[in-house]
Amino acid sequence: MVVAVRDVHYAAGGRPIFEGLDLEVRRGRITAIMGPSGTGKTTLLKLITAQIAPGRGHIEVFGEDLATLGRRGIYGMRRRIGMLFQNGALLTDMDVFENVAFPVREHTDLPESLIRLLVLTKLQAVGLRGAAELMPAELSGGMARRVALARAIVMDPELLIYDEPFVGLDPISLGVILRLVKRMNEALGITSVVVSHDVHELATIADDSYLLSAGRVAAAGAPQQLRDSNSAAVRQFMTGSADGPVPFHYPAPDYATQLLEEDER
Amino acid sequence: MSARRPGSYLLGGVRRLGSVTIFLVRLLIQCPPALARPGLLIQQIYNTGARSLIIIMLSGLFVGMVLGLQGYDLLQRFGSEEALGIAAALGLLRELAPVITALLFAGRAGTALTSEIGLMRATDQLTAMEIMAVNPMRYVAAPRFLGGLIAMPLLTAIFSLIGLYGAQLVGVQMMGVDRGVFWSQTQGSVDLHDVNEGLVKSLVFGVACSLIAVHEGYNAEPTAEGVGLATTRTVVASSVIILLLDYVITAAFL
Repeated sequence: MVVAVRDVHYAAGGRPIFEGLDLEVRRGRITAIMGPSGTGKTTLLKLITAQIAPGRGHIEVFGEDLATLGRRGIYGMRRRIGMLFQNGALLTDMDVFENVAFPVREHTDLPESLIRLLVLTKLQAVGLRGAAELMPAELSGGMARRVALARAIVMDPELLIYDEPFVGLDPISLGVILRLVKRMNEALGITSVVVSHDVHELATIADDSYLLSAGRVAAAGAPQQLRDSNSAAVRQFMTGSADGPVPFHYPAPDYATQLLEEDER
Repeated sequence: MSARRPGSYLLGGVRRLGSVTIFLVRLLIQCPPALARPGLLIQQIYNTGARSLIIIMLSGLFVGMVLGLQGYDLLQRFGSEEALGIAAALGLLRELAPVITALLFAGRAGTALTSEIGLMRATDQLTAMEIMAVNPMRYVAAPRFLGGLIAMPLLTAIFSLIGLYGAQLVGVQMMGVDRGVFWSQTQGSVDLHDVNEGLVKSLVFGVACSLIAVHEGYNAEPTAEGVGLATTRTVVASSVIILLLDYVITAAFL
């Protein structure tokens, strides 16, 4: 078990986001975490990486309870994690090469020749060795995400976390990222957590999947199992229906009443 | 929009002061490790200092020239225009150079710091560092704070120097004050105490301006509007604090 989330409660600004969340990420597998926008998928990633602490419940990463780790312990844990941000989050004042080299320079005393070798290997893995000299502003969205992926794997993490890796990509870039996620997992044996709402893309690569809804896990299992689920909420999400247990309309007063009131004003 | 109770402004002010103080302590803890990275520090001294040089030199020249004109006009009424050198030197060293440099610094370098760090926050760069187990307080905030702190006295010294030259340009070259008298009076009556006052002011202003700029950027709301607001707050807060501190330090030195 790489990550275990047990009975986690979390509220932001008085609004409960998780109410008794339980899930597990198993070693060497790709775990998909899906759910409609606003269900707290990104919040879950923040909890796992100890950027925020749960109000109640426990989160274990690499077998250690995050609540018992000090700042040093948390940084130690994070060095075993790679994370791919939605927008890449590349450091804009460095070129692609330096961005990928950044964690290596910060955490090791390797000689320059070895750093060069390491960085070029990782850039080759994401197909961007030729872009080493470019600045982040010169990259397309898909390229920036691939550079960020190279940076995320440069320290050979045990756990790789992807935050919405498929958002806003053209079909070709999407295919590339999808293949890379699979390859990182198979070739390097990295445990992966992919947070996304792209059901179809995830179904092709995920080993396990969780569907979050209303602060809990609404369904869990292999993607195929989720698709065959007879729960209305799960089916609505998997088929993308506009209305269902997740209503199309944001809570509002009765439409006819409101229109009449406006008329009277 | 509901009206805020007067107490909430006070509470907000106290909370802000507390947050800045805690931030300063965290920053100071990260300063020694940041000093061990001269590359990062020099880059920031270049960004805040060298890049403000032109505006500081130009302003210094004009302020000095105005000082020469006004000083000459005032002093000649009492027939003591030879004292122009002292008036210009003391005015610049003790008051004008530290204050105007700090105000310009807040507008030029402070805003750049705030918007840079704010945008790093908005684009998840700071979070990405956290996840890579790199402390952004150490890597981003501390070198920028130290860079501003070191740049300010240097810029102030350059402002004084150019300002004095400007005063001399007007007083001696245009108005005909004797060159020898101008410089010997200046040399004779400016002592270490005056230089120290300017130095202390520039150091204190350096701490205040850099702290405000870095704090506002680091805690900016991660949106376009939030970064804009933070940048505005940097200029407003720095300017008011500079003038307030200026009074306090002047009073302490008298």
